[in-house]
Amino acid sequence: MGVDLDSPSNFMTTRLRQAVNWGRKYSLWPLPFGTACCAIEFMSAAASYHDISRYGAELVRFSPRQSDLMIIAGTISYKQASILKTIYSQMAEPKWVIAMGACASTGGFYNNYGTLQGADKVVPVDVYVAGCPPTPENLFFALTQIQEKVEKEGLEPSKVRHAARTQAQG
Amino acid sequence: MSQKLVERLQQEFGSEILATSSQHGDETISVAPENLAKVVAHLRDREGCEQLSDVVGVDYPERSRRLEVNYLLRSWSNKNRVRVKVEVPVDEPVPSLTGLYKSANWHEREVYDLFGVSFSGHPDLRRILTHHEFEGHPLRKDYEIEQGQECSRPENLFSDEDISRAAQRASDLVADLSGVEDEIHPSDLLTVNLGPSHPATHGALRVECLLDGETIIESRAEIGYLHRCFEKEAEDHTWAEVMPYTDRLNYCSAMLNNCIYAGAVEKMLAVEVTPRTRVIRVIVSELARIIDHLVCVCANLVDVGALTNYWYLYNIRESIYECLEALCGSRLTSNYARIGGMSHDLYEGFEDEIRVKMDQLKQGHDDVMKLIARNRIFLDRTVDVCVINTEEALSWGYTGPCLRATGLAVDLRKDAPYLGYEEYDFDIPTGVNGDTHDRIMVRMSEMIQSRSIVLQALEKLTEGPLWIDNPAIVMPPKQNVYGSIEGVMNQFKLVSEGIQVPAGEGYGFGEGANGELGFFCVSDGGGRPYRVKVRPPCFPIFSSFARLIQGRMIPDAIATLGSINIIAGELDR
Ligand code: SF4
Repeated sequence: MGVDLDSPSNFMTTRLRQAVNWGRKYSLWPLPFGTACCAIEFMSAAASYHDISRYGAELVRFSPRQSDLMIIAGTISYKQASILKTIYSQMAEPKWVIAMGACASTGGFYNNYGTLQGADKVVPVDVYVAGCPPTPENLFFALTQIQEKVEKEGLEPSKVRHAARTQAQG
Repeated sequence: MSQKLVERLQQEFGSEILATSSQHGDETISVAPENLAKVVAHLRDREGCEQLSDVVGVDYPERSRRLEVNYLLRSWSNKNRVRVKVEVPVDEPVPSLTGLYKSANWHEREVYDLFGVSFSGHPDLRRILTHHEFEGHPLRKDYEIEQGQECSRPENLFSDEDISRAAQRASDLVADLSGVEDEIHPSDLLTVNLGPSHPATHGALRVECLLDGETIIESRAEIGYLHRCFEKEAEDHTWAEVMPYTDRLNYCSAMLNNCIYAGAVEKMLAVEVTPRTRVIRVIVSELARIIDHLVCVCANLVDVGALTNYWYLYNIRESIYECLEALCGSRLTSNYARIGGMSHDLYEGFEDEIRVKMDQLKQGHDDVMKLIARNRIFLDRTVDVCVINTEEALSWGYTGPCLRATGLAVDLRKDAPYLGYEEYDFDIPTGVNGDTHDRIMVRMSEMIQSRSIVLQALEKLTEGPLWIDNPAIVMPPKQNVYGSIEGVMNQFKLVSEGIQVPAGEGYGFGEGANGELGFFCVSDGGGRPYRVKVRPPCFPIFSSFARLIQGRMIPDAIATLGSINIIAGELDR
């Protein structure tokens, strides 16, 4: 963002934060990390009937370097886990993550030798969406929650935010 | 018909056929591993078994020859099926059939991966569904279901030697084509990974390509990124509890999976569903097929740059989903069929709504055809791209639209009718060349045929019971559960112990959206499956992908990948 956090003017920083977050909130660029059935519902969410662009998040980018919201849609297997981690680390700060569906949140009803028990085992997740698969409306609800989060957040990179959160949780 | 085949085999091979059996309409012969190739070659060359549909491993820890491998062979020309069985101890190899059928390659790799059967003479015996760091064989009975194993990094698909060989091949190719001797150095080849997270792969799979300029000299596909252990989960649940897992095989046509799985278990139980249920199953199956084709075609068109069609086709799908959601409570994962019936009846007004949706479908289909039928860009991108002929397609294990695109008019709804499909009037659309264009067009035409079947089925709907009358299979009505001790006991037993399926083996199959979808079931007489093996239609098709795209360019590979409709859920199970 080119924001100079060391600026001596505290007043400006507060205003800037509001302005920047307001902009960010309505222009999330999602990266769908779609692996399974939930990804098909993500397609529905993006299609004209449900129309994700009503929330300003229609610019789906498949390059992690161009996106700031990862939507993990689908089951993450052990084979997939390291790839998920790599792709997450390729995203530029600040970044947020939605775990869409039971599988991405907890492994869902797959508790077996192949399935990672939740994407949060490898990447930090901001919002979990219930459902198998969640309906597009559910996903939009998660999106608005991310927007609220974005609005309240500082301009520090997410690494710092997550570290602070982990510390707060003890 | 198959029985005569077994008799002929016995005459031909005498005591080399160790045993024969006939159960649930499936004929099985057992042979010793050393005679396997001979018998199967005979079946292929003399009995017209053009296709190896599947290879199924089963583990019996208490036996001395612990591992069993079943080969499911099909003859489309004679409308015949036969199963060949071999048994081996853990350390003894089975001869590979890769020389006879191209589809054997991946099927055998899968059995090796999950059961540890080694196949002698297999050109590339590596793990396929689990990852390269995995230890043990997860479908053996002594492997604990929850014993996960982490994978630290993706596998390198090409060794330095492979790359040198490919460079040599590229040099030869250039020399052949242009007559110019131009040595291509291994470092000239560019390695490009498609996937495992790539928008055009439509799911989690990976294709590593070696490129000379823009030409794909060689490629290798890697799958298993969505291996959710369906088959192990099935062994851990009752027969009825497996139903929701089937939704998530091909999640674009969950209803079809439900109906075919229910049909397979009903075959094992030797029961027939009621006429009303049969018609309802036909309706929902065809709706599922329509939805599957819609998603496949619209995504494929997006891949070749025709985005508008995505909106046109996807809206019809949404519109049909309104009905399906009202019907079963869920859009994608329907969980609608039950063993012996359907979870509940059609809602009031369903028929009229579906008629309206079918008109919308026709409209959408025609709109899209107008946009693509003579569209120069679309034709350039698809005509004569990645061609495969019938004979080769059969050897690779193609079924469904991709096989029909090669010009062969086969369809299990006609060739081995079930659910009363013989009473419906519909055509089998076929292609001519077996190229990407034909594959898309066959799917487009099939939607119209399915529409016609749905409309006919709506006419055939009659009042009547939904469930068969059999308390050992069907849950008692709720008033009995609350009102009588027998009812409570009946419900309790069905829920906790499951439906008791008589011991034996059976293969239930049907025409899935992508081709032959089958469930090979083994029961030990209890309430849980001893083994359920899915025959996923896109698994053998995808095994031919490297062959399809060899010598083509990356954009061709993308257009083709969409047209063969790979659904990771059923590919990796
Ligand atoms: S949560 Fe359900 S719908 Fe989503 S990927 Fe998992 S099984 Fe599929």
